[in-house]
Amino acid sequence: MVLLEIKSISYRVKEKEIFSGLSLSVEPGEVHAILGKNGTGKSTLAYLVMGCEGYIPTTGEILFDGKAINHLLLHERAKLGITMAWQEPVRFEGISVREYLTLKNKEIDPSKYLEMAGLYPGLYLNRMMDNTLSGGERKRIELASVVALDPRLVILDEPDSGIDMLSIRDILNVITVFKENGASVILITHREEIAIIADKASEICNGKIICSGAPVKVTQYYKTRKCEVCAGEECTFV
Amino acid sequence: MSELDELLKSFGEAGGDQSILANTAFAHLAASGHKILSRRAVKGIELDTVESDKGISATVRLLKGTRLLNPVHLCFGVLHRSGIQEINMRVNFEKDSQASFIAHCIFPKAEKVKHIMDAVIHIGENATMRYSEIHYHGIYGGIEVYPKARIIIGKNGRYFTDFLLINGLVGKLMIDYGVEVGENGVAELIARVFGHATDNILIKDKVALNGVNSKGLIKTRVAIENNAQAQVIGVTEGNARGARGHVDCMEIVKDNAIAKAIPLVKVSNSLAKVTHEAAIGSVDKKQLDTLMAHGLAPEEAVDVIVRGILK
Repeated sequence: MVLLEIKSISYRVKEKEIFSGLSLSVEPGEVHAILGKNGTGKSTLAYLVMGCEGYIPTTGEILFDGKAINHLLLHERAKLGITMAWQEPVRFEGISVREYLTLKNKEIDPSKYLEMAGLYPGLYLNRMMDNTLSGGERKRIELASVVALDPRLVILDEPDSGIDMLSIRDILNVITVFKENGASVILITHREEIAIIADKASEICNGKIICSGAPVKVTQYYKTRKCEVCAGEECTFV
Repeated sequence: MSELDELLKSFGEAGGDQSILANTAFAHLAASGHKILSRRAVKGIELDTVESDKGISATVRLLKGTRLLNPVHLCFGVLHRSGIQEINMRVNFEKDSQASFIAHCIFPKAEKVKHIMDAVIHIGENATMRYSEIHYHGIYGGIEVYPKARIIIGKNGRYFTDFLLINGLVGKLMIDYGVEVGENGVAELIARVFGHATDNILIKDKVALNGVNSKGLIKTRVAIENNAQAQVIGVTEGNARGARGHVDCMEIVKDNAIAKAIPLVKVSNSLAKVTHEAAIGSVDKKQLDTLMAHGLAPEEAVDVIVRGILK
């Protein structure tokens, strides 16, 4: 059974149509990479699935576990097991890393999750979630926090941005953990070495999925396409 | 029950450690209204007090070179429903001295209470004072609090203050602090207040960086809800070469509450620099979304954010 099914959704902001009839499905335990150039709506798709305020499809349906979730609020979707790690995670004043990782469940061992994200717990658990953390550190803590939630579906919006090349393996490790835990992952990325570990990949352009299939095939197509800003003429791949 | 026991009981109920006043290693001064209930000095500190119908006068002298390991506890309060407490403090930290003061201000039943604190503090050369003032107010909101202080910091002197009022209704709060910072001196003023109902909050901090390479920070964190009002005025003057100042104000507003922030920076020396930032508004939406994506309900998420900034 499909865990997440996006059925022909359209989404418009004022006069600009972001999506027109976009469809996508994700199986339980599937890592699904989403590729696309800047401004093609990858993050918007993430917000639509997560249910951020103001992000409701104009038409079409989003189904989770066979039930429509279009009109569920963000925290109601989180209760179903959907979560997200933002591309640029926010900082919090007065909240320690330990408190952040145990917000929802005080019983868990936060150290375990920091280690999964490549951080030494002794150095981080008592630090504050404020601007004393670098962008890369904050990003890893966000990854650790979403693993700790034990979600059924996690959206990772460019988990590799702001992370140095040598630390990509930590990101891959976290994705593997999700997979081992049976979680599905929507993985938004620009990096081929991240995308190819997915089970499936799709490329978004001009408001639609223009290419879907094996990650190697989709990344190859993504790299070789000619159009920079697609008008729908070049992206007719089926 | 004696008045001191009653004060201690309220202090304990507010989360304080009641045994502190019995501990001979700690200097303290405890007063209810205009009556001094208990006091103790330790080696290196002189504590003179005078009580009258008009108020309490306290003179504190930290002797040259004294470094107190344990904080000095000031325990002030009005335990009755109505009353007035006026305290005039003169504090002198002599050269090379160092100590922390913690003031516990307790007004559990206040329906018509006024608490006035007027302090003049001299921080001598190389001396350091840390002063925390923690208020425990009741649920009635019938209290007016007027903390006023003038602080003069000498060469290499350092003064840190942290005002905390997040328990109970604020009532009316009118903070008025003014600091003059000498050469290489440091002043850090932090205030954290949570206002509810019809609370009325005014926080006015002024730091004059008069000495070469002096430094100042005014940091204010206010959360208000219901029909509360808050105004924060942070004034910093850079009057000397190498002076560095910063004003940082954040106010979170809920319901029908109204917040204002007036950061005022003035530089009279071309080699001084003063910066400011102010953020007023509802809870940050991205913070809220992030916490809700972690499974928190909206009201839980707001609570976590507000408690965080007031921590």
